[in-house]
Amino acid sequence: MVDNNKRQVVFDGKGLEEFDPAVAEDIKRNVALVKFEELKAWARTSSFWPLSFGLACCAIEMMATGGAHYDFDRFGVMFRASPRHADVMIVAGTVTSKMAPALRRLYDQMPEPKWVIAMGSCATCGGPYYRSYSVVNGVDKIVPVDVYVPGCPPTPMELIDAVEKLRVKIRTEAKGEKVGLE
Amino acid sequence: MSEELLNTEELNNVTETNDAVEINNAVELNKTEQLLNKLVETIQSKAGEDAIEDSKLNFNRPMIVIDASAWQHELAAMLRDNEQLQFDLLSCISGVDYDDHMEVVYQFYSYTLDNYLMLKVKTNRQSPSVISVKQFWNTADWHEREAYDLLGINFEGHPNLTRILLQDEWVGHPLRKDYVVDKEGLGLD
Amino acid sequence: MSIRTEEMILNVGPQHPSTHGVFRLVVKIDGEIIQDANPVIGYLHRGTEKLAEDLTYTQFIPYTDRLDYLNAMTNNYVWCNTVEQLMGIQVPERAEYLRIISMELNRIASHFVWWGTFLLDLGALSPFLYAFRDRETILDLFVKLCGARMTFSYMRIGGVRFDAPSGWLDEVRKVVKELTENIKEYDLLVTGNEIFQHRTRGVGVITKEQVIDWGLTGPVARASGVDFDIRRNDPYSIYDRFDFDIPVRTKGDVYAKYEVRLEEIRQSLRIIEQALDQIDKVDGPIIAKVSKIIKPPAGEIYTRAEGSKGELGIHLVSDGTTKPYRVKLRRPSFVNIEILPELLKGKNIADLIAIFGGIDVVLGEVDA
Repeated sequence: MVDNNKRQVVFDGKGLEEFDPAVAEDIKRNVALVKFEELKAWARTSSFWPLSFGLACCAIEMMATGGAHYDFDRFGVMFRASPRHADVMIVAGTVTSKMAPALRRLYDQMPEPKWVIAMGSCATCGGPYYRSYSVVNGVDKIVPVDVYVPGCPPTPMELIDAVEKLRVKIRTEAKGEKVGLE
Repeated sequence: MSEELLNTEELNNVTETNDAVEINNAVELNKTEQLLNKLVETIQSKAGEDAIEDSKLNFNRPMIVIDASAWQHELAAMLRDNEQLQFDLLSCISGVDYDDHMEVVYQFYSYTLDNYLMLKVKTNRQSPSVISVKQFWNTADWHEREAYDLLGINFEGHPNLTRILLQDEWVGHPLRKDYVVDKEGLGLD
Repeated sequence: MSIRTEEMILNVGPQHPSTHGVFRLVVKIDGEIIQDANPVIGYLHRGTEKLAEDLTYTQFIPYTDRLDYLNAMTNNYVWCNTVEQLMGIQVPERAEYLRIISMELNRIASHFVWWGTFLLDLGALSPFLYAFRDRETILDLFVKLCGARMTFSYMRIGGVRFDAPSGWLDEVRKVVKELTENIKEYDLLVTGNEIFQHRTRGVGVITKEQVIDWGLTGPVARASGVDFDIRRNDPYSIYDRFDFDIPVRTKGDVYAKYEVRLEEIRQSLRIIEQALDQIDKVDGPIIAKVSKIIKPPAGEIYTRAEGSKGELGIHLVSDGTTKPYRVKLRRPSFVNIEILPELLKGKNIADLIAIFGGIDVVLGEVDA
């Protein structure tokens, strides 16, 4: 019954003879078996709740992604104001040395499991402000980052792609594999 | 690489140089020249004959350079209250760091008389200090704090001269020409 | 029996859904009444003015975009205009028309974002979607023109970078017609709403004397009776060829600011229509003949333009080399926030967000 190659459980009808045929048909269609970790990953990735952490220009593109044209809500993404309610932090904009402690504090207040998306080139590496005296060159100096989105600012389509990549990453890691470069 | 220079013939053809426009410009010039003379007169009457270091028309707007010792409260009050000057809007205060001195540049405008003024106040570089004009124009509050924060110019009489854009513990004044940006030292790289 | 009360210090921000960026307001309240409000800024200070001293004049154009990122075209314009005036460059006519059209479209887009987020702060969830829907139509136009949605770097010293692609001007005409219809929807949806009126009429009144004393400019000043708009009083570019009104109100409350901005959107649409009619007769280069290496003569100049938030000025000191000696940016939001401590004294805490939203602040500009 368990098809190890396809990593899915396939009910091929064996072992269901004692049931009524109608019930057996029902069972074949409606029951699936998965590993518990994969189930958790499926639930988590279907409803990301980001902490609204717009710092600079990228925040406007993040808001536009939440608007009606690009619509983040259809992916289950709903912006939350409090870090205690959120599970992903989209750092959208430049991180300055004055803001860095606040950022770290907010990250620490988020409950596990949590992820970070660094949106835009300022959050990735300092961006056009690379040489400035007050800008932190990349948010990964403060918090661990899962997905980097290049762009200045990245268009909403790229942000949606980033959320998709994060989803793939979480589901792959739940299966026990590591995310590869392909 | 060959440089393409400004095509002066095109310039002359594009601007419609009819006489009417020229005469208009001449009239405008007279008005601003008159304003400049008036300003020089009133400032000298308040602050002394040699208070003004330079005065000219800079891109059709009066520009006056004085020393920080001549820039006192009476002069500021006069600029704001005198009926022929009435500079009631202070648009911008910028601090500039030169080799041997620092300057604080004020941009004034008069809503009632439609006049402009750029006033440059010179001060020394070792301990730059200029009076604060917050009591005359409230908008000077944050502009002066920014000039203090980034350039280190002290504004005497300002009620709350603290850093505004950088952290309170920051050391140094970044916009000075001799400030060395050390990102690794600050932990930012 | 008397109750012992104490003042409470409430910290609004820097991460807050209604502060439009990283802005912190430390508020001392006694029950519901604000005793003192102290804004703390600098959480987005990126050192643009210092970076300018190491970049050439053309390389600085993308940095001007990121100041007031909702109104990037006007920022580009002020910088290019400053350098052009210093060097005495005459911009070709077609470039001027393209500049006006893009600046006014950008002003409308900026006011849309303000409208949507302001009402989101007040608690209305739908206007945000309407505002961003209309903003997307404008951004589509910009993508076709210069390839970017928000930070354009479209203007160059001497003109603009790209000419309008074929068919673009007709699309702008269609969008202008569409938006003129959609604005009527905004009025229907919000302006007459009783909750909105209660929350904004008579709230946060700024008097005319306060406006002049604190140096406020833009819609905030015009809502208090100061009849001044740089486009009309000190015209730059070719604004003197267009016929448009400047909305002025006298009450000075948040509702007056709301009315002024909505009316500005309508007037901007009017300007764009006139510009579209006039640009068809103008053909020619879109950038003046400027040398590849830009070296203005030594000197200094202060120019300004009417951004969507107020007077955007640049004080440029040049020493005759290819890099500026000192660039000072006069940002309208920086100046407009100064009045907050005085304005908020004695007000209810419930009015705080409405008052702050009415001023229309963009933090990228406040901190530069």
